[in-house]
Amino acid sequence: MTVAIDRATGKRRGDREPRPGPAGRLRRGYQKHWYAYAMIAPVAVVLGVLVLYPLVYGLYLTLTDANSLNTARTIGVNHIDATYKFIGLDNYADILWGPTAYDRFWSHFIWTIVWTAACVALHYGIGLGLALLLNQKLRGRTLYRLILVLPWAVPTFVTVFGWRFMLADGGIINSALDFLHLPSPLWLEDTFWQRFAAIMVNTWCGVPFMMISLLGGLQAIDASLYEAAEMDGASAWQRFRYVTLPGLRSVSSTVVLLGIIWTFNQFAVIFLLFGNTAPDAQILVTWAYYLGFGQQPRDFAQSAAYGILLLAILIVFTSFYRRWLNRNEQQLAI
Amino acid sequence: MSTTTTETSAAVPEQRSAKTPRRARRRGENSLAGSLASHGILSVASVIALFPIGWLVYLSLGPDKDDYLHPAGIWNKMTFDNYTFVLEHTKFFDWLKSSLIVTLGTTAIGVLIAATTGYAVSRMRFPGYKKFMWVLLVTQMFPVAVLMVPMYQILSDLKLIDNYFGLVLVYCTTVIPYSAWLLKGYFDTIPFEIDEAGRVDGLTPFGTFFRLILPLAKPGLAVAAFYNFLTAFSEVAFASTFMLSDDKYTLAVGLQSFVSEHDAQRNLMAATAVLIAIPAAVFFYLVQKNLVTGLTAGGTKG
Repeated sequence: MTVAIDRATGKRRGDREPRPGPAGRLRRGYQKHWYAYAMIAPVAVVLGVLVLYPLVYGLYLTLTDANSLNTARTIGVNHIDATYKFIGLDNYADILWGPTAYDRFWSHFIWTIVWTAACVALHYGIGLGLALLLNQKLRGRTLYRLILVLPWAVPTFVTVFGWRFMLADGGIINSALDFLHLPSPLWLEDTFWQRFAAIMVNTWCGVPFMMISLLGGLQAIDASLYEAAEMDGASAWQRFRYVTLPGLRSVSSTVVLLGIIWTFNQFAVIFLLFGNTAPDAQILVTWAYYLGFGQQPRDFAQSAAYGILLLAILIVFTSFYRRWLNRNEQQLAI
Repeated sequence: MSTTTTETSAAVPEQRSAKTPRRARRRGENSLAGSLASHGILSVASVIALFPIGWLVYLSLGPDKDDYLHPAGIWNKMTFDNYTFVLEHTKFFDWLKSSLIVTLGTTAIGVLIAATTGYAVSRMRFPGYKKFMWVLLVTQMFPVAVLMVPMYQILSDLKLIDNYFGLVLVYCTTVIPYSAWLLKGYFDTIPFEIDEAGRVDGLTPFGTFFRLILPLAKPGLAVAAFYNFLTAFSEVAFASTFMLSDDKYTLAVGLQSFVSEHDAQRNLMAATAVLIAIPAAVFFYLVQKNLVTGLTAGGTKG
């Protein structure tokens, strides 16, 4: 947002400065780009005011010891001024290598990575499989597609409620397992099964998006490529490997990246499935929310510091991902 | 639906396995076994997709709060009592109203603002273009926790806590970048010749956009609207922190408050959950014709 605008204005200012090269071309460029800047201006302003400013403010908070007892607040008619003070990088040090670092940060970090990898792999695998099936000539294809998109259309908090009924001890899933003489785990109490259940529910919620996106990608692949491959005697697997997968490349790299970002920051599923009852099944985002809003006193500074760390992890990851894509001459759809 | 499909692409695996078919199958046709397998897998997947929702609906018909533990009993005593109770004795309609105000506000503002941006990044290679796209991506990454506290402070400075407009603004920040990205993908699929024709006929870029491109982009706009609607409708964290008075709760927060207020009255919770799913289902039905076309064209292609 602002980066772009700075860039933008920088360039615009550029045509007033004496620079080597024909100034006329720059002016023409400015006249041509004026429309573009006008069109992106609303978004740039919204993002600048509502994202960049809070981000800077949040960054500042992480360098203080702000919590709900010392920030400015109004109780009844009395306004109490903020009394928190600047403490530098102590929050980060405390989170990353303080005495409780493993229990609070690193264990959640590992689980978050596992959670993201597992969910995205399942989303992509199942989504691709279903997309391939739906892309055939098949009776009732439209109906299947309509039904399979449904989990996406129902708000997450509603579906998670449904799942809680099903996963409760004595709910339908355990009754069914009992009936089959299989062990019935305590889905909502035992840490391992909590994690299992969270991945299961999130997979259920996330597959439709992948499926529809990949279906779109499949439909965009030129049919003549398959014909040519078939002429050359390519087997089904070879056609999948050498026509379908390369054809899906830019779609895949984009949806996988989005999937990773969204899953990494997936708040609703875990928060709604367990509330505050499962400290070990919290991923970093829900844990950060718990620190900032789920306990008393609310620890704003640590919560925001977690947020910054999360953002940093994602940005670093995305940069590497993009570089890796570029090396493989793939393009991200941005 | 109106998608043009290349019928051939994935009808692959089984086609080869059957040696010497009696009748030469045309391309894209499956062997019997193959199509049976496809139908089998898709049916199982459909059941998995539908079951949790159907189960919730079924449970919501049981009159007692422990009925979810012995669901078989519900069959003989189905009733809509839970629904009448929720509609008559809770603030459901207040919550519905707040949800609709916030959601439709976000949808409208989000789509409107994102559309021009999506068009600009689709058609114009202005200096700073790459940075701008990168920023749109980065804003996807903002975790709730980093923005929550500062936004709370800002909104309370602006007296927008417990205010619908405040929540709409907050949602716009999450919704707009992705919508813009999605719409860029869709605009990319509209031939550039149309713009050129518009320009030749003397339209400004704005004129081209509003009079030629926007009407053509309806499926893309529908998907963006769908995404915005769902995001705003399902959001919990911001809504539960920023809306304080219980008649301004959104449905998501209302359902949460139900848990504490009507502790363990799961039959009522189930009924509320079903009622909440209805507006989303209606909206989904309205846009679903465009959904596949819009999302497949946009969103994913570069």
